[in-house]
Amino acid sequence: MRLLKLVPDDTNIKFLKWRLPFYVVSVLLIIASWGLVYTNGLNYGVDFAGGQEVRLTFEQMEEAPIDDLRERVTALGYGDPVVQRFGGANEVSIRVRLPEEVEGVPGAAAEIGNQVIATIKDAYEGVRQDGNDTVSGKVASEFRDTALQALIFAMLAIALYIWVRFEWQFGVGALFALFHDVSLTLGMFALLQLEFSLQIIAAILAIIGYSLNDTIVVYDRIRENLKKYRKMPIPELLDLSVNETLARTVMTSLTLLIALVPLLLFGPASLFGLTAAITLGIFVGTYSSVYMAAPILIWLGVSSDSFVPRESVADVQEKKARGEA
Amino acid sequence: MLDFPRWKRIWLWGITAIVMLAALPSLASLTNTPWPESLPDKTVNLGLDLAGGSHILLEADQSQVAQQRLENMEEAVRNALADEDPAIRIGDISTADGRLSFLLDDPAQVDAAREAILPLMNGAGLVSEWNLEVVDGNRMLLTQTESGLQDAITLAMDSATDVVRRRIDSLGTREPTIIRQGDNRIVVQVPGLADPEELKALLGQTARLEFKLLDTQALQTEIAQGIARPGSELVPGAPGGDYEGTVLAVKRLGGVRGDSLTGAQQTFDPQTNEPAVSITFDSQGTQRFARLTTDNVNRQFAIILDGRVLSAPTIREPILAGTSQITGGFTVKSATQLAISLNSGALPVDLTVVEERTVGPDLGAESIRTGTIAMGIGTLLVILLMVSTYGRFGLYATAALFINVLMILGIMAVLSTTLTLPGIAGFVLTIGAAVDANVLIYERIREERKRGRRVVAAVENGYKEASRAIYDANVTNFIAGVLLFLFGSGPVRGFAVVLIIGLFTSVFTGVTLTRMWVAGWLRKARPSDINV
Repeated sequence: MRLLKLVPDDTNIKFLKWRLPFYVVSVLLIIASWGLVYTNGLNYGVDFAGGQEVRLTFEQMEEAPIDDLRERVTALGYGDPVVQRFGGANEVSIRVRLPEEVEGVPGAAAEIGNQVIATIKDAYEGVRQDGNDTVSGKVASEFRDTALQALIFAMLAIALYIWVRFEWQFGVGALFALFHDVSLTLGMFALLQLEFSLQIIAAILAIIGYSLNDTIVVYDRIRENLKKYRKMPIPELLDLSVNETLARTVMTSLTLLIALVPLLLFGPASLFGLTAAITLGIFVGTYSSVYMAAPILIWLGVSSDSFVPRESVADVQEKKARGEA
Repeated sequence: MLDFPRWKRIWLWGITAIVMLAALPSLASLTNTPWPESLPDKTVNLGLDLAGGSHILLEADQSQVAQQRLENMEEAVRNALADEDPAIRIGDISTADGRLSFLLDDPAQVDAAREAILPLMNGAGLVSEWNLEVVDGNRMLLTQTESGLQDAITLAMDSATDVVRRRIDSLGTREPTIIRQGDNRIVVQVPGLADPEELKALLGQTARLEFKLLDTQALQTEIAQGIARPGSELVPGAPGGDYEGTVLAVKRLGGVRGDSLTGAQQTFDPQTNEPAVSITFDSQGTQRFARLTTDNVNRQFAIILDGRVLSAPTIREPILAGTSQITGGFTVKSATQLAISLNSGALPVDLTVVEERTVGPDLGAESIRTGTIAMGIGTLLVILLMVSTYGRFGLYATAALFINVLMILGIMAVLSTTLTLPGIAGFVLTIGAAVDANVLIYERIREERKRGRRVVAAVENGYKEASRAIYDANVTNFIAGVLLFLFGSGPVRGFAVVLIIGLFTSVFTGVTLTRMWVAGWLRKARPSDINV
């Protein structure tokens, strides 16, 4: 049986030849992402903004009266609600953000939630309440804090581990690659104004994990080759390492993608954000392992001596004494 | 690396079999297949987002505990000093700034007052709960100590948790989870509840019932300006009651509280046929209520529920039997609810819903269905890709994948962890990522073969060289997973749980088990070439 080969044997793609332009583009993308986060802002869901989200099914209708619902909920006077289809045509999600002036009032979110549900149930027959999320301002701000802490701690802990297992240059490189992945994911969410919730934090941590997976595989091969080819120039050695692991990189990214895409297409609507973020992250993460994590090693001065120690001072002195130096 | 003696094989298969068996009860319950009762039936818990139900986070207002303690102290001090012989007169009483402050009319009585107050200051414990100071010779200051206040808050939260439990039990819901969280929060999880409104209403009702005399000397103009005379307070009328939209002045002290009740019941007012709640006092409450009504015949007293006046009837005659009836714009439902709340005891602090997550059971079932379908398609595609890329080795990886999924489920069941909706995404992600170990190994074997190594050496080297990267990658993923678990909440934790367990099982199945199978095949078939 002839087996499938996605990547031909012995590829020799000069990935690092274009490292400078790619780096410039990537750094610009990171800056643009943060710019977007600051100007456009993230579209916080109730987890982070506080407020309430209710999911309803209009059992006696073909299609949910989205415009009318928007009007009715707006009339309650809590700003512009987000009313959108959620799953089937007669299923909707209605999101009302907690107004700033009542952010500190503990029961405010619950009160708004009750009003929204009562208003709609009064106006329509056969409304089934599928779900309701209510988060007060205080709890939302706690979620924001812990989410940020989780991301920062995860990135630092991982960088530290890589530093211990490899060398400091690798730790810095991995951290930079992760920063790149997180930034671009956030930028994408700011650009598309997708709902940013706790699930997305979970997705970002998963992305961090799997992007790192790629980075480590490449780094491991670089380490191996640094010991093996002591005389090879570093850019060439990095290219070799990336090419040698290319088949694996493509294969793994592909298996992850084909596992996730059905979930994206047929899975529960509540998982769409999470799955979309991870799918996106797989592309970004694979790219960053090749173009962010590897080239930075050149600039940070990794050499074949990084793993095999240079001659110790004692050796040098001994040589001198013997008049060889 | 490829040496698997018999004992090792038995051991590995044993672990695999046991952990897979542990998954069977969960599989049966997920697919609604009957499971024989005689067998162990530990299953993975379904999160509320899959099973349907409500998660409610309640928060108590701690400052209320401090305020309540101050008021109790004020009343105790007043009574103690009045009971002294000769009575110690005090004035200019205030409970502002978190302390009780008052002036002695006669500075000479300082020592007597101190003697009278000291016994009130310490609770059952060894910690000192209050500080007493005397300033300017005749002003006494009582301040709560931090430890005393903390004790009181802990006590209040414990009793609030009990009250919450009794109220939820009275609804007859099955298997509620009620846990105290942090200093001032209570988590309530009730599975399978379609409409949490009733539950929320019940938990939101403090049910602090008070009977206080009306301050008849208060001027309407003062009330309108929001000014209460010394010794009085202003209380708004309850919505739907006789005093809706108005404010009444009542005397702060000398009333009776509803915490000395033995029972409450929904009834109807015999005169108006309006829904009402009849209450029965315990012996202490009966005494106090009898004294209040005997001393104040023909005066009006306000029935106050959670700081709102329900009604303000006039006392026609002393009520000595210790029963009373409360009216005030009730519906049958709200009267029943109040009766439940009163029977379960008043909450020592107000509880507010600060987070609520409810998922209807239909949506949960739908999520399981679509999630499982997506997982099935994903698995199938991964298997196709693996087998067409790595042939026989792909089959080993596929078998490892199946065992992996069952082992994750089995371990989750044994550890009684919770499967949530993001947990399903975790499964899908693990399916995609678990084969990464196999991909790494097989690609390495390909490479080693290309470099001209013989079959056994290539396989051996493939496993050896790849395991370093697999190890590092899993440790870093583990770090990310643990942080997600520590910082995540609720459903997101379910995602972390699947990821973390999946890391261990995928190394075991993807590396150890496939190595055993490959080794067994190599030994038996002794191939001179392998198609990988």
